[in-house]
Amino acid sequence: MADVPMLEMKGITKRFPGVLANDKVDFDLFAGEVHTLLGENGAGKSTLMKILYGLYQADEGEILLNGTPTLITSPTAAIEHNIGMIHQHFMLVETLTVAENVALGLPSSRGALTDLDAVSEKIVQLGSQYGLEIDPEATVWQLAVGQKQRVEIIKALYREAQLLILDEPTAVLTPQEVDQLFDTLHQMTADGRGLIFISHKLHEVLALSDRITVLRQGRVTGYTTTEGATRSSLASMMVGREVKLAPDKPDVETGSAALEISGLSVIGDRGNVVIDGIDLTVNEGEILGIAGVSGNGQRELAETIAGLRQAESGSITIAGTDVTNQRPVDVRAAGLAYVPEGRMKDGIIGLFTVAENLLLIDHNSKEFLDAGLLNFEAIRTHSQDLVDEFAVKTPSLDTPVRSLSGGNIQKLILARELSGTPTVLVASQPTRGVDIGAAEYIHKRLVQQRSEDTAILMISEDLDEVFGLSDRVAVMYEGEIMGIVDPKKATREQVGLMMAGVSQEQALA
Amino acid sequence: MSDFFTEAVLIATVAGAIRLAVPLLLAALGETFGQRSGVLNLGVDGIMLLGAFSGYYTVLKTGNVWYGLLAGIGIGVILGLASSLISVTLLAEQGISGIGVYLFGLGMSDLLFQRLVGTPVPISKFPKIDIPGLSDIPWLGGMFFSHSVVVYLAFLAVPAAMFVINRTTFGMNIRAVGENPEAADSLGVSVSRVRWATVTIGGTFAGAAGAALAIDLGIFQQNLTNAQGFIAIALVYFGAWRPLGVMAGALLYGFVNSLVLQFKTLGIIPQSWSDIAAMAPAIITILALVIVARRFRAPSALTKPFTRGT
Repeated sequence: MADVPMLEMKGITKRFPGVLANDKVDFDLFAGEVHTLLGENGAGKSTLMKILYGLYQADEGEILLNGTPTLITSPTAAIEHNIGMIHQHFMLVETLTVAENVALGLPSSRGALTDLDAVSEKIVQLGSQYGLEIDPEATVWQLAVGQKQRVEIIKALYREAQLLILDEPTAVLTPQEVDQLFDTLHQMTADGRGLIFISHKLHEVLALSDRITVLRQGRVTGYTTTEGATRSSLASMMVGREVKLAPDKPDVETGSAALEISGLSVIGDRGNVVIDGIDLTVNEGEILGIAGVSGNGQRELAETIAGLRQAESGSITIAGTDVTNQRPVDVRAAGLAYVPEGRMKDGIIGLFTVAENLLLIDHNSKEFLDAGLLNFEAIRTHSQDLVDEFAVKTPSLDTPVRSLSGGNIQKLILARELSGTPTVLVASQPTRGVDIGAAEYIHKRLVQQRSEDTAILMISEDLDEVFGLSDRVAVMYEGEIMGIVDPKKATREQVGLMMAGVSQEQALA
Repeated sequence: MSDFFTEAVLIATVAGAIRLAVPLLLAALGETFGQRSGVLNLGVDGIMLLGAFSGYYTVLKTGNVWYGLLAGIGIGVILGLASSLISVTLLAEQGISGIGVYLFGLGMSDLLFQRLVGTPVPISKFPKIDIPGLSDIPWLGGMFFSHSVVVYLAFLAVPAAMFVINRTTFGMNIRAVGENPEAADSLGVSVSRVRWATVTIGGTFAGAAGAALAIDLGIFQQNLTNAQGFIAIALVYFGAWRPLGVMAGALLYGFVNSLVLQFKTLGIIPQSWSDIAAMAPAIITILALVIVARRFRAPSALTKPFTRGT
């Protein structure tokens, strides 16, 4: 390692109205290393990186590049200083080709005309050098997620980035794609580049980093080298107390089949088949986890069960009642509780208050009506009970829900859905984007619900979650179930292969 | 009906279709630039009206049709810049702010006309240019190669627009900004600069379209465009945001319009039906729009103002 760090951020402070996003944060990076920035959502990681990339300006503090104090006032300036950023949400123009995306914003060797052939040539060359093969003439929307990520990395390499910020780059990748990405990243550090890795997937952080800095509520609360760090030590640093990463699961005798899906086929938003004749059964008192990279039909599956999407063929029954293509209200009456993937869009009404959102599925129930009008006293009592029971942190019952944190919104949805003792619970991405503390609580509630004989279908992209909670794991790929495995016996690699479309026999061989 | 299938009438119908398509083609080509970059300018018709009046008035005073066309272009640039300020820098709701520009153009052009002219006086029109050799071809010569310079220029603008959009870095920036402004911004492309440019191009073309219309007709009156600016916006959708498609739409509209005019002149359509027949071009265009436009996707960022960090 060189003596002078390629990057030093000293005493960075950034205030937004009502929030101290970064509070005197120090961070540094040497050439040839991976330094991870770890923290919960809202801990200030993204803000710090946006300051480095010139998207925000710090209120206090300074940035030194190779020992020289430097002002970075815009992304253009950052690029000029050889800083590259792989954003969490791909910054790609879907309707342009790979070469056009790479060339965007750069001067052309032909002046006003584009020089895409020269750009393509260099893309192919960078691709073979770093294991990032890609067709420069492909239009981006045609690419798979893993390929899109390659384009993002090539964009940075093409601009000769020496310092690369990777903001949750593995969020949408299969385990095999993650391995491939890590190979590329290792090659980049071997070439003397410095990488800042942002993630909350602890095993990836441990696998990739040299050093780890932990942020909490805008402040640096922990620093460690990767040697000697463990997943639970990192989790504790992030949350500030001991954390249980996997809940204790008591043995539960499974009962009869509560949710039965047979031969289900569904057409997606683009008119293509997104679910292709699948069969699934979830029994009382068990958690069936559905693993898979998002976009393989999981969302549509949940929506079809909930009555929000038409089934083309096949049937869905809940506790013996056929609910195929029934109205959502009838599916709920048959015993379904539903935690949707799109929490803000489908799970709540943001402008409604906590109490109103808790009432959403019960507003026609006699319990809350008085001569046809809402009985506010009963509603308040009911809401207060649920808020207390599920530890939803809210200033009052009259607070608009959208001002709560993601974790509290999710707890609120769970409180509403579980208030009626459901036969079947469909939970999509139950802890995505939720802080560790809330995730820990949500996991505990799911396990508790399982003990109360609810059949739980849990759809998740987070393999730790799938392995930690499920009694059985079904893997979904392109609308089909590739197989169902026992999480105690199968490995992450095997499930990862199935997530990439490898058949169960081959994956387990 | 047999009156229709004579050489003179058929040539006049096709030539008329091309002539009538020109203001729409110009306005829609300009609007294509704006929309490809993500800005919907509903004020096109207002800009056309002011372009038409300024073109008419300049020709009336100077007797020179080219000064008239330049005046229309000049007004188009000014109103294009104003539209940019409103929708790009001030981030106005595009579905509404453009209607303001339209109403301004509608009222202002009439006010100026009443104040400065009063009763309509005909002005000189664009001279026809017969292209040597080609215009002598039987049938086709009369249809395609005996038009004013403005007609030729308008159709030459189609390949020019295609070239700019598809082959230049500016065009690539336009497409990127209209599809994913955050991505373009993160690579150092100035979203607002690109959009100022495209909206101003749109205004310039609309101004030229208005002047071309007034000088082609040789007259000005209140609401001369008769909502052609709005048809032009529809044609951009119809043409799936591509210059060739836009041209096809403008020609279709021009053709139906020309056909209705001929049918009325020949008495094929009874006089009492003429009001209904006058709606035909709009109805046919809308139907075609519904059928064609569903297959293509609009630029993702269309009508969405951009600010960094949201």
